[in-house]
Amino acid sequence: MLQELQNQFLTSTVGGLVIGSIYALVALGYTMVYGVLRLINFAHSEIFMIGTFASLVTLTTIAPTAPLGGFAMIGVLILIVIISAAVSGASAMLLELIAYRPLRKKGATRLAALISAIGASLFLQELFGLEVINWLTGKPGRNQQSAPRFVDRDTVFTIGNADIRTDHILVVIGAIIVMVILDQFVSRTKLGRGIRATAQDPEAAVLMGVSIDNIVRVTFLLGGAMAGVAAAFYVMEIENTDYRVGFVLGIKAFTAAVLGGIGNLRGALMGGIVLGLVENWGAIFLGSEWKDVIAFVILVAVLMFRPTGILGESLQRARA
Amino acid sequence: MKGDGVTAKGNAGRAFHPVDRVRDWWAEAPQWQRYTVYLALIVFALILPAPWIGQFMSPQSDWTTVLFYPIGTYILLAIGLNVVVGQAGMLDLGFVAFFAIGGYTLAYFGTKHGLDFWATVVMGIVLAAVSGVILGAPTLRLRGDYLAIVTLGFGEIVRITANNTNEIGGARGITNVPHPSPVFGMKFLLDPAPYYYLIVAAIVLVVVFSVRLQKSRVGRAWAAIREDEDAAELMGVPTFKFKLLAFAIGAMIGGLAGGIFASKAIFIEPNTFPFILSATILAAVVLGGAGNLPGVILGAFVIAWLPERFRFIAEYRILLFGAVLVLMMALRPEGLLPSRQRKAELHEGTGGMGTMGAEVPGPDSDASAAEVGTK
Repeated sequence: MLQELQNQFLTSTVGGLVIGSIYALVALGYTMVYGVLRLINFAHSEIFMIGTFASLVTLTTIAPTAPLGGFAMIGVLILIVIISAAVSGASAMLLELIAYRPLRKKGATRLAALISAIGASLFLQELFGLEVINWLTGKPGRNQQSAPRFVDRDTVFTIGNADIRTDHILVVIGAIIVMVILDQFVSRTKLGRGIRATAQDPEAAVLMGVSIDNIVRVTFLLGGAMAGVAAAFYVMEIENTDYRVGFVLGIKAFTAAVLGGIGNLRGALMGGIVLGLVENWGAIFLGSEWKDVIAFVILVAVLMFRPTGILGESLQRARA
Repeated sequence: MKGDGVTAKGNAGRAFHPVDRVRDWWAEAPQWQRYTVYLALIVFALILPAPWIGQFMSPQSDWTTVLFYPIGTYILLAIGLNVVVGQAGMLDLGFVAFFAIGGYTLAYFGTKHGLDFWATVVMGIVLAAVSGVILGAPTLRLRGDYLAIVTLGFGEIVRITANNTNEIGGARGITNVPHPSPVFGMKFLLDPAPYYYLIVAAIVLVVVFSVRLQKSRVGRAWAAIREDEDAAELMGVPTFKFKLLAFAIGAMIGGLAGGIFASKAIFIEPNTFPFILSATILAAVVLGGAGNLPGVILGAFVIAWLPERFRFIAEYRILLFGAVLVLMMALRPEGLLPSRQRKAELHEGTGGMGTMGAEVPGPDSDASAAEVGTK
């Protein structure tokens, strides 16, 4: 009994780390946009969804006949990551331009901006469900679309009886690499400094010569690109997607962002991993059909007891 | 201010706008005129199911059925959500949860314990209010946008829990939900007409309740919270209590709608209560003009009726709602038929949650330009 529990625990831990890495990447987008605009970019989940389809279409175009290994596998992975990140990043910029910029220029309320975000989310979801997916794949847009397997799912090593497979390693390592790059970008480059300055105090940033429009655009681009990277890993790991894939995953990624402290990049990483682990561990006891409920309950609990998250809000000054 | 002249001219011109003339008349109308209008509206509601109206309004499906669901149900839900969103200025994205709780309470106690509709619908209302308080107590201290996500999560929790709990039918749902027992000789069977009258009665009741609240101390407290929560708190308004009250009252109306809906539907399942229904009702409230009851009712009617009347819209319904929400927020955030107060609030950039970060006005958006631009 205890032995069985231990084995389940290890398998769940591996699963939690993998899905947690994906949550973390998506959470970065929520956290960055929130840091700069104080806006929950509700349509970010749809940016992720668009990324999964960019990856899926790229994969079906390459059409690997058998799972690859070695350099070919890494090459294909890098290719879908880049394409997916580019498509998602561009979509996020377009989203900002259409759904948020006019509101920002008018000085609209955050309530109005959030409603606009919800509208954009519904619109994109339905646009894909009704038209785009069918146009891209030739299959009914409401159906789940499966992606070809391109990663050889060999067991590299085992801990207890948990198999650590190639794809697990790729997701976790890949996510860490991308996050380190983003972290360095935000902390070292001029644009990164602009983002941090805007998050701290927009007025002072303007006075110091930061172009707010530019910063907002870059923030959406980066956040969208991170969602695109997450989408590529998601397609590799889960091997299917549909037009509603972003909805629940988006709420969970937002939970991860809040858990780590919204506005805090490193917090998003931590929140994603913690959420992935907790929801998988919880599923051992309650059954996997309760996973989503576990995640939502965590969200409510965090907001109740520590609304600034584990690491607190650091990209910005905490303001009510 | 530079823009003052333009604004003043705008105001003077506005009095000739038909809606504003109606409003001015209404504000000064003597009591007997008002009651005549109320009476006319109720008579209108009662003759609405007539076949000759149905022929035009809903040629493809049974008009009375359409009047009950979606139209009547959406209106009832929209009035409930309006208390939370329009009056108290909180964004609730999980309103469908209360609708589900009302529906499931009725279905569960009706089928398992054989309780009567009138008893179970009251239980549904009470349970919805209790769950509103349970959800609200820990979360209403949050900033507005966090609240939106938490309520969204709550809506999903309720749906998934219903799906995973075998006691209430799990994914198969509950069948053979009992119909209400007869009232005033009206039998509630398969004929949709009695259900329509039932929901009209519920709407009238809820409208009266809502209007009375709005004009009371409670309503003024809500308006104060909506405009500036900190200021309201400083003026001695116990903001938390009033927010909780708004949440509970909204939930009660949602629960009532759920009970009435379930008794007509006979069969309910978890997927009867998807997130998209919350979003649809929100779209109705926002489209009509949050905070203004006639506007909200109009919005709910439009959103419920259009896809029924123009079937080709039905498929694109959600796509259109999405686009409408984005466009409304950019062009006319106050909705089609806003209350004057709410409109002013939105154009001053207050109202609820304050402005976005990074909202520093650029050269093309200084204050006077904004005033002229929004007329």
